[in-house]
Amino acid sequence: MTMRGICKYFPGVRALEKVDFTLRAGEVHALVGENGAGKSTLIKVLTGVYGKDAGEITMEGKAISPSSPLEAMKCGISTVYQEVNLCPNLTVAENIFIGREPKKAGRIDWKTINRRAAELLATLNLNIDVTKTLDSYSVAVQQMIAIARAVDVDAKVLILDEPTSSLDEEETQRLFDVVRKLKAQGLGIVFVSHFLDQIYELCDQVTVLRNGELIGEYEVAALPRVELISKMIGKELGDIQSMGKNENFGTDEILIEADGISAFGRIQDFDLQIHKGEVVGFAGLLGSGRTETAELLSGVAKPEKGTLRMSGKDVHFASPLDAMQHKIGFCPEDRKIQGIIGDLTVRENIIIGLQAKKGMWNHISMKEQEKIADQYIKLLQIKVSSPEQLIRNLSGGNQQKAIIARWLVTQPDLLILDEPTRGIDIGTKTEIQKMVIQLAREQHMSIIFISSEIDEMTRTCTRLVVLRDRRKVAELTGADINSDKVMSAIAGGV
Amino acid sequence: MEKLKKITSNHLFLPLFALCLLLVFNAFATPGFFTIEFQNGQLFGRIIDILNRASILVILSMGMTFVIATGGIDISQGSVIAISGAVCCYLIGGNGDGTANMPLPVACLVAVLVCAVCGVWNGFLVSKLKIQPMVATLILMTAGRGIAMLITEGQNITVYYKPFTYIGGSLPGSPLPTTIYIAAIMVLFVVFIQKKTSVGLFVQAVGINSNAARRTGLKVSAIIFMVYVFSGVCAGIAGLMESSMIAAADPNNAGLNMEMDAILSVALGGTLLSGGKFYVGGSIIGAITIQTMTTTLYALGVSSEQLPVYKALVVILICLLQSEKFKNILEKRAVEKAVKQG
Amino acid sequence: MKNLTGIKNRIVGSRYFSFGITLTLFVVLYAVGMMNYRGFLKPQVFCNLLIDNAALIIATIGITFVLLIGGIDISIGSVVALTCMTSAKLLAETGMPALLVILLVLVMGCVFGLIQGWLITEFNMQPFIVTLAGQFFARGMTAIISRDTIVIEDPLYTSLASARIYILPGGFISVGVIIALAALVIGTLVLKFTRFGRNIYALGGNETSAQLMGLPTKRTKISAYVVCGFCSALAGVVYSLIMLSGYPLHAVSMEMDAIASSVIGGTLMTGGVAFLPGTLLGVMIQGIIQTFITFQGTLSAWWTRIIIALLLCLFIVIQAIVSRSRQRLNSEH
Repeated sequence: MTMRGICKYFPGVRALEKVDFTLRAGEVHALVGENGAGKSTLIKVLTGVYGKDAGEITMEGKAISPSSPLEAMKCGISTVYQEVNLCPNLTVAENIFIGREPKKAGRIDWKTINRRAAELLATLNLNIDVTKTLDSYSVAVQQMIAIARAVDVDAKVLILDEPTSSLDEEETQRLFDVVRKLKAQGLGIVFVSHFLDQIYELCDQVTVLRNGELIGEYEVAALPRVELISKMIGKELGDIQSMGKNENFGTDEILIEADGISAFGRIQDFDLQIHKGEVVGFAGLLGSGRTETAELLSGVAKPEKGTLRMSGKDVHFASPLDAMQHKIGFCPEDRKIQGIIGDLTVRENIIIGLQAKKGMWNHISMKEQEKIADQYIKLLQIKVSSPEQLIRNLSGGNQQKAIIARWLVTQPDLLILDEPTRGIDIGTKTEIQKMVIQLAREQHMSIIFISSEIDEMTRTCTRLVVLRDRRKVAELTGADINSDKVMSAIAGGV
Repeated sequence: MEKLKKITSNHLFLPLFALCLLLVFNAFATPGFFTIEFQNGQLFGRIIDILNRASILVILSMGMTFVIATGGIDISQGSVIAISGAVCCYLIGGNGDGTANMPLPVACLVAVLVCAVCGVWNGFLVSKLKIQPMVATLILMTAGRGIAMLITEGQNITVYYKPFTYIGGSLPGSPLPTTIYIAAIMVLFVVFIQKKTSVGLFVQAVGINSNAARRTGLKVSAIIFMVYVFSGVCAGIAGLMESSMIAAADPNNAGLNMEMDAILSVALGGTLLSGGKFYVGGSIIGAITIQTMTTTLYALGVSSEQLPVYKALVVILICLLQSEKFKNILEKRAVEKAVKQG
Repeated sequence: MKNLTGIKNRIVGSRYFSFGITLTLFVVLYAVGMMNYRGFLKPQVFCNLLIDNAALIIATIGITFVLLIGGIDISIGSVVALTCMTSAKLLAETGMPALLVILLVLVMGCVFGLIQGWLITEFNMQPFIVTLAGQFFARGMTAIISRDTIVIEDPLYTSLASARIYILPGGFISVGVIIALAALVIGTLVLKFTRFGRNIYALGGNETSAQLMGLPTKRTKISAYVVCGFCSALAGVVYSLIMLSGYPLHAVSMEMDAIASSVIGGTLMTGGVAFLPGTLLGVMIQGIIQTFITFQGTLSAWWTRIIIALLLCLFIVIQAIVSRSRQRLNSEH
């Protein structure tokens, strides 16, 4: 299958510009790029969710142009999405066969469906009761079921969109076994992932996208990891290391202390002391418990066991507001869903945190609001046409800055930044990193910095907490903070 | 052209435009529509009549506006109106000699409090048990009239106590009906809340993105809870006015389908039914417009049973205008036209 | 202890959990009735439950299709009234054959559902608002046709209305019940054994998923409203067999009773879960409550409404709790 010169434009955005993509039978082909690089747009064009504005797709030499997921499926292109896209209320067997149920005498033949589903899953080494509803199984199993469905429609091309992001190590390995098996059967597999380890483990070829453009196609085995990263983020090796390191280790004063906090499915027995004015990084893969821990510290979720102490006293946060009253701010990972309030103006988005802290009846006057908004827009160099612009019309980076401004206005002692640089341009990224260091150094603010990009963390953090499988596995300081050490800690070999 | 677009895209444009259209129509179709007479120290005329009836709807629609802004809906308002009237009339009693069993202010206060409790119930179901607002308020909508019947013991209580009729009628010596004053006070109250507190901001934040709102430190359930209580109180006040107008409690018919008119007013006023940004001013004008339409149709000889047909058409029209897809189709047409004309 | 919660989880997690509750409730209510009132022992009382609620059973089937896709239709009662009125008017004034009239009103019901479904899917309008407009429209049209009662005197109608079909010794049912039970059987089979039926479940489970799995979501959604429109009209035909008249205030808020029956019968208001035989029990439970109140004699009819609302509330709260505990179950895996 090949895609040639694919272009896709959205109003005001160039999502894809002349992108080529070639997939051969029996190969696992990684598609990588940072958020906003155009990976998901390319996939959506391929699967018919979006129409393409230019270019052509050929399958075994014949031109195709699917206009819906169903048509793509008929052409032999199946997709398994990041969030499992099946129906939780239907049985496992039905999820595999819905839309193409075998019929007998005009009615759906349930016996055949259940039998064939069980057989099919058995070929993927999955022996479960197929007559139970999907929601009685774990996400990993659901993912397998989704793959089973995708494969059973005589797929020639299987697209796996971030399939491992909610799986643990063992489940991932099981998934890989299945993928290898399918590969041996001659399927072409597109593997979208931001886990580099997995790409090196599983894939043959890699295509890199950046800002909607094709950077190139490479053989995985022949491409060193650092080079791949530099192609993804568009910086040379030297650049990455050029920015200075944070040398500020904070004061001796302990701001907050976590003692054995646990919450089911989030984190187990987590201990940590954070000093005033230091930048602590939480490293680990997505789902390792880094965001979950931050949520426990900021009152978004409640710990089931363990205690939090601030200046010697036990504290319990029943809500984010409680944590805010204790001068803790949490800038969440998913900007769109958890951060911005899209239809409100930039000004309102900036002051709403402070207003919430003050309470509904203690209204900040308009004049004051405007003053605060102007001040922080200038301070963080947020690019807006006016403070009264709706925040959803800003670019990702500027939205992020506005959210950070919202928290800075509340003057926290501890600011938790979860993936603050995700999906924003490199310039803004550097700005945010510099700001973090500055806040710690000049205002003695303590900061917890969470990021998937290890380089970013090694630069900004003076202490790194490494998490794996919902446990703290290592704490690195000083010279130990470098990519190799962090990587091996994440991978499990300190 | 730009200017025109700016005017038409204002949220107040649609309700005001509709109102003007109705008024102009009436000016020709209904003789004496705008005449206001002064008799026995009171003002009379169709306009006053419309404002009098619209007052109830204005109050209801303000309550509804906040609920809809949080992404909810309260379809129990009509039933709560019936409860309010029933409680008040029951407490005053249907004494034939024109006396009251309980002082009027106390009876009114209790009635409104009971309605606030109804709001608390709705708020509890929506904010604590996380039941879809429509389903949650459906329960009280179904049960409400039964409860009102329970209070009045299955009868319509007619009240002969004179001061009770002042609420829906006029105070002695006042040129305008009391309803207009009450509505004005409520409007002023809401304006005050809007200007001097952050209620508006918080309600909008919850309606636009409740997840983000919670993470920003808003007490989302408390806010949702509050708007339903306010809606209950509004329905309670409206119920007093409504039952005072007929000097009786009528559990079967009091406030029947009023919640629909309130929803319609809110939608007409430019607030999206999916929640978020809201416009109380729009809702108020929307309410007056709806009432004008009702009165106009009555004047044209449409019976009260037939009226819903026209309201249905208005509902669909407003929803179409709010629909993104319909807007896109219209815009495309406009562009094509412009292209053709060069 | 752990074993106990395991069993509890398995029961709560079972697909027939809410059907079980409904069935138990029905049996208990009937037993209580039999103990307290001798009347409940007569087979005809049981049959009357069916006869009196035949129209409601059909309406409940219709609303269940719509609730399954996560929608709602509150126009049912008005469409029933409109159907009665249209039939009465046509029979009284045009001399059209009765069968043709029935066919015509059924088509009208489908078209009504089609328009509602089209507005909802095509323009992304809220089902509640659209069907609210539908309710207004149908009720208003009924009044426009005639503000007074029109009596149906057609021989076919009257003979169908008075037909008695004995199913139990000393217990008979009406033609309406036969129609209702047939509709129930067909509805159940459609939901279980056709692609359309399964697509409806899938759509209610997760609309985006259904779309990505290549199911015809738009068509299915509109069809669900058409089914509901058709069922409303059919309920109207059965209702006119009971009332033998058209009147603007026929079947006021029947949609609420239908929704309540469906929910009491185990339908999830958020969509994706329903079992039609369960909804029949939902209707029957309402019927029993009504019978209770009639037998009791001193309580007035509005008690029915309060009790039904309470039951509705109870079931909705149970659903809310069950779905939450299911979610928790899931996250523990």
